[in-house]
Amino acid sequence: MDKGRFGRYGGIFAPEPLMYALEELERSYYELKDDEKFQTELNYYLREYAGRPTPLTFCANLSEYMGCKVYLKREDLVHGGAHKLNNTLGQGLLAKHMGKKRIVAETGAGQHGLATAIAGAVLGIDVEVYMGEEDIRRQKLNVFKMELCDAKLIPVTSGSKTLKDAVNEALRDWIANVETTYYLLGSVVGPHPYPTIVRDFQRVIGIETKKQILAKEGRLPTAILACVGGGSNAIGIFHEFVPDDGVRLIGVEAGGEGIHTKRHAASIVAGSEGVLHGALSYLIQNDDGQIGSTHSVAAGLDYPGVGPEHSMLKDIQRAEYVSITDSEALDAFDLLAAKEGIIPALESAHAVAHALKLSQELDREDIIVINLSGRGDKDVMEVARLMGREL
Amino acid sequence: MSRIQDRFAELRDMNRGGFISFIVAGDPSPARTINIARTIIDAGADILELGVPFSDPIADGPTIQQANERALKACTNPDKIFDIVHEIRGFSDIPLVFLTYYNIVQKRGMEKFYKDSADAGVDGILIADMPIEESTQALKTARTYDIDQIFLVAPTTSDTRLGHILEHASGFIYLVSLLGVTGAREKISTTTLELVKRVRPRTNLPIAVGFGISTPEHVKAVIDAGADAAIVGSAIVNIIQENLDDENGMMEKIHEYVSRMKQGAK
Repeated sequence: MDKGRFGRYGGIFAPEPLMYALEELERSYYELKDDEKFQTELNYYLREYAGRPTPLTFCANLSEYMGCKVYLKREDLVHGGAHKLNNTLGQGLLAKHMGKKRIVAETGAGQHGLATAIAGAVLGIDVEVYMGEEDIRRQKLNVFKMELCDAKLIPVTSGSKTLKDAVNEALRDWIANVETTYYLLGSVVGPHPYPTIVRDFQRVIGIETKKQILAKEGRLPTAILACVGGGSNAIGIFHEFVPDDGVRLIGVEAGGEGIHTKRHAASIVAGSEGVLHGALSYLIQNDDGQIGSTHSVAAGLDYPGVGPEHSMLKDIQRAEYVSITDSEALDAFDLLAAKEGIIPALESAHAVAHALKLSQELDREDIIVINLSGRGDKDVMEVARLMGREL
Repeated sequence: MSRIQDRFAELRDMNRGGFISFIVAGDPSPARTINIARTIIDAGADILELGVPFSDPIADGPTIQQANERALKACTNPDKIFDIVHEIRGFSDIPLVFLTYYNIVQKRGMEKFYKDSADAGVDGILIADMPIEESTQALKTARTYDIDQIFLVAPTTSDTRLGHILEHASGFIYLVSLLGVTGAREKISTTTLELVKRVRPRTNLPIAVGFGISTPEHVKAVIDAGADAAIVGSAIVNIIQENLDDENGMMEKIHEYVSRMKQGAK
């Protein structure tokens, strides 16, 4: 009975009414996973619609500044503005093959909600997105974009009115409508088989990166950095390099106002193990097991849990996990825009910020790859507000 | 024999259905839970289920979610709930069942949670987000401390899964009467009655039906279909919620409601 385990983490901690749907999902996924027609169809959409492969951009100015070779994996150039579409196209096609007429999804910053709305529009499936009232207020631009793509938005008013509560409500909806509805989960979290499915659809990031870096440099990088909320972009780029022991894999969590305060979202760095949303993993919780509230300037990292595969990579010491504060991320946001003309998502800026720290211990010939998981268009209003600028 | 088995045996001897009442421990406060429990027991409930509150109760609808939030706001924690159980045991032998979520048990340590439950006088535990696949350790611990491990069965539970659940469950089988989360509803669906009829011939364990039951007619319908008991949560929690400022009114209404529901089980 060790289904869907990553080491000791993961599992299927779901209420009985959902088990039928999870079993159906697992069965359908394994039937389709290696089906040539399905893969051809998915690759078609990734290439012709999402814009893959994305470039691996050498940053001359940043390299000069940091004193090592810096490459960015440009997931910010994927249609929709983030890596999220890799997963929503994959699961959207899966839903279609399963004959589901309706998709529900949760969203925090709105990037996964938007990517689901986009996939739903192009694949012709109705989409309803649960989003916390608090996040709707913070992310008006993505809310409007989702509505333009014909998705229906359902405000969540329970609990802390943010991403974790949106997941709760999406799960409740799914429990009530399992027979007709597909739940399109946006990160490598949740009960089995979600962490595996989402990982598999995001693996393309690492597969492309490996080919590209070998073509450009003829060797593997010293380190790969990615931000970690639930952890889908990080697993996506890490997975292909896990067997390559010489490559350091570094996940960067949201340190918020500092991990010594209670206002952060660093589940691995400052949390403890527990069960949330269907899986055993690291969590932010109190001594009684109540899930804690989280904070990050990057709404996409503002989640109290993390994917179980990350928890395993942490325990076997194959990956390192660190945290970056709000203000360090904001500085990196500015730096990347000024040095390279690339405005990163605040989430991805966390990885850039840690690269800056890491570069102190590296040599000129060391290569680092930063997964630039999304672009910063969605964040410019908020950053301007924080800088005291009226737009 | 456990208190749960005893109670169902008595009900069978009397040829009557049972009435199971659910409240969230600590809603609206640990102290008031004791009065509410006393009222429910006095009104004739056969089993009392206590929810051990969790911040993220995904199997529950808005009514019980809010009850969880009220309980947590009143600083309810497992230690206080074990105190509540001790107090109830001071005046009643009613079978007591905990309903909770995996993280609450895991954080305290499974061994300690079950031991403390047994010491306080809890008879059964249901962990809402623990399917049979993840239950190996809980089943072993429950056996050690002589606690019944109760499982959910849903309309979507396949015959194969049902077989596994019946093989390991004890106490009673908790049938989820419809697809969805907890909450009071207008009508009892045919799905519910079909589910009772599907499970009945496959087990000697008592069958209790919950989720969406709120009237004496609902209770009668599920008992007539072959269930041993009906479980009501949200309807009672609604009374609590609507009478937060009127302690006496709350107790009167709960007493009246539970007595009426109990009549439906005759």
